[in-house]
Formats: sequence, C-alpha cells, structure tokens
Amino acid sequence: MTTPAGERRIPTGTWLRMYLRLFAIQGSWNYETLIGNGIAFAMEPALRLLPGGRGGKAYTEALARHARYFNAHPYFAGVAVGALARAELDGVPPAMIDRFRTALGGPLGSVGDRLVWASWLPLCSLVALGAFGLDARPLAVVAIFLVLYNLGHFSLRVWGLRVGLEKGLRVSDSLGHPLLRQGPQYVGAVAALLAGLSLPLTAKRVVADGRALTAAVTVVAIVGGILLARFGDRAEGWRLALAILALFVVYSVIR
Amino acid sequence: MLPIALLGALLGLDVVTFPQAMISRPIVAATVGGAFIGNPLAGLTIGATLELLALGMLPFGASKYPEWGSASVVGGVLYASQTTDSGGALPAALLAALLTAIVSGWSMIRLRRLNAARASRERAALDAGSADAIVGLQLFGLTADFVRGGAVTLVAMLIFRPLVPAVVNNWHSNPVYSNAIVVTIATAVAAESIWKLFHVVPRARLLFLAGLVGGITLIVTG
Repeated sequence: MTTPAGERRIPTGTWLRMYLRLFAIQGSWNYETLIGNGIAFAMEPALRLLPGGRGGKAYTEALARHARYFNAHPYFAGVAVGALARAELDGVPPAMIDRFRTALGGPLGSVGDRLVWASWLPLCSLVALGAFGLDARPLAVVAIFLVLYNLGHFSLRVWGLRVGLEKGLRVSDSLGHPLLRQGPQYVGAVAALLAGLSLPLTAKRVVADGRALTAAVTVVAIVGGILLARFGDRAEGWRLALAILALFVVYSVIR
Repeated sequence: MLPIALLGALLGLDVVTFPQAMISRPIVAATVGGAFIGNPLAGLTIGATLELLALGMLPFGASKYPEWGSASVVGGVLYASQTTDSGGALPAALLAALLTAIVSGWSMIRLRRLNAARASRERAALDAGSADAIVGLQLFGLTADFVRGGAVTLVAMLIFRPLVPAVVNNWHSNPVYSNAIVVTIATAVAAESIWKLFHVVPRARLLFLAGLVGGITLIVTG
C-alpha cells in the first residue's frame, strides 16, 4: 500500500451528498449484487472529481468497478465508500482496488453485525422498554429510543465515511479500534443488566394489574425463556409464541 | 385507510432500504400507528409487547426475518381502535400484527428477487459504468419497497379491521388473564433472545439476575 492517502480534499458539498446517499445504500438490495449498486450510488459524487469529470473514462470505469457484488453492514458501508473513493481519486491501480474491495467486505459485515444489530439495537430497545415500564409517556418512550439509537447510528456513518476518505487503502487499521473490538462486550453487559430490570417492569405495565399477577408472569416468562433457550434449536421462540397465541385466540372465541 | 397505508409504506421502507433509523421498530411504529388514530398509549402498549417479541429478530444481511414496520402500524391501529380493556383486543391485534409481519417479510424476499432481475436486465449498462442505470436501480428499489409496504398494510387492514372487532366481541376469556398470557409469551421470547444475544458476555447471568432483583424491587416498592 504505497499510495499516500488524503492527497485530494473532498469538497464539503460532495461529502454531504455521499453521506446522505449512504442512508439509501440498501435501496436496491438483492441476492445477486447485495449492496454493490448502493456502493457505486454513494461513491458517485466523489467520482465526478476524477480526471475527465462526470461521464469521463475514469468516471465510468470506476462506476462499473463498484456496481458489482459487495457486502457490508449498511452503517459500516461508509468506510468502504470513503476508502474506495479515496483510492480512485488517488489513482490506485484498478487491480489493487479490486483486491482491496474483495478483502474489505467481510470485516465490515461482521464488525457491524456484532456492534449494531446484536448489541446497540437490543440495548436501545431495552432502554425504551424500561422507560415504558416506568410509566413514561408515549412521546418520551419513542424519543428516548430514537435519540439514543440514532446518536450511535448517525455518528457511526459520519465516522465511517470520514475515516474511509482519510485513510484510503489503510482503513483496515481503523477497524481494530478498541471501541469496535470491545464495544459489543460492554454494551452486552449493560444490556443484560437492563434486560433483567426492564422485562418485569414491561410485563407490569401491560398486565396493568396487581403485583402478584406481575410476579407470576415474570417467573413463568423467565422459566419459559430458559426452556426456549435450551431447546431453541428445535423451534424458534417467536414461531412457538405465534402458534400458542393463535391457539389461545381460537380457544377464547369458541369456548 | 389510505393514510394508514401510506404510514405503513413509510415505516416499512425504513426496515431495510431508507433510512434504517429504526422508526420501523415496533415500539416506535405501533405508537405512531396508535397516535395516528388518536390513542398513542394503546399503540405504545402493543408496541412494547411486539418489541419483546422482536428483540432477537434482527435485520442481519440476507437472513429472512419478519418485517416489523408495516406490521406494527397495523397492530397499533387495530389495538388503538378497540376498547383496550376488553379482553380480546391485545391478543387479537397482536396476532394480526404477527401474521402481517410474516407476510411482509415474505414480500421483502420477493422484492429482493425483483431487484435482482432488474439488475440482471441492466447488467450491460452497469458494466459500462452508466450513472443513470445505477441511480435508476436505486430509485426502482426504493419505490418498489414503498409500494410493497403500503400494499401489505392496506391488505392487512382490509382483512383484520373487521376481523379483530369480531374476535373481541366474541371473547370469552378473562380480560386481565388474557393480557397476562400474552405478555408472558412475549416476555419468554424476549428472555430467550437476551440469552442468545448476550450469553457469551462475561457475568451476563449475574448481571441479568441483578437487574431482575432491581426490577422486582421497583414493582414491589412502587
């Protein structure tokens, strides 16, 4: 990786267009190219800066390269968009860009899945459920969830595009950031604590009855949860829940 | 009905295509659905119950999962339009929302295939680096997803709007116990999800138990 990164500054307007397009990066998600087309879509404003400008040879060749198969977590796709745009603007040979592109997808998928889908999102849901359980008003619950979640979401997208454009082909160093490596563990610890707190409080507010019934609901639910976790390989919990709920509705109507 | 379908379309769009700000999560979408017909608290109540069920079903890449955005709007509107202290309202609206979520998840898979077919047709233009083809493909996918969410919401409302009141009017189980049964099922699924997501975290069990003690203490003293 001998190409120095950061040689050409990206105008603010171009950066903003790329950032906004990142929110629609999965717009044409499909089983053949996954988010490949979205990557090209988000990079396109930066590629206009290539020699020959919009419609020039370098522009169309770069677009063609990036509209192919690519996979990454959507929030981390900005890292790829930024790094690939930087590589194109720095005139890195196409073969090297292709190799880099192939190597980048996997890590961006796994880091994002662990940090966002399996940690941050459940944590924010549990915070919102806790607020609901503590009798917060509807607007407050929704606001708490959306503000908290999107603080992480929007920041991550900003960070990804910035670091990608700054570091170009050296961006993989940034994926070793302690927050990305250790973050899921810390978030998981807080989420486990919050889960214990939020589940009985949520049950209490939905049942809207005495403490004894809430206690019974909590105990049965926790035991049920343990059983589902132990035998979860045989039946997905929510499918089982759907079947039991359907039977209960039918029973309550026809009895 | 059309404004509700548009709301379902908008929140269904958020699940994958734009902007993934999680306005499609049940606790938000059902509350908005309830607020839409003047009862946000009912929307929030069914939204929280759906959120418990959805806690472990996360939008990992190519995996198949229920689509909660449009389905939660349907659930929120249906529950909020009933007398919420009637026994069958929560179970019936929840069942309608879950069935909608499954059908809507299936429709997302069809949409992904449709996008793939469109991408194949545009392959020559994409390989030639046509910006028009790239932008066109994105716009097609976004528009199709919007239409998909709206159509799912509209069809679900047409089916369940008369069905849910019919169930509620013929409900024979105790109202309090009915809600208790529903929330027990949802909390059990949530507990399973928490276990699957966080059991590898050091001291997760201890932390969960500490939280549980705190939660129960708040209920007892509250």
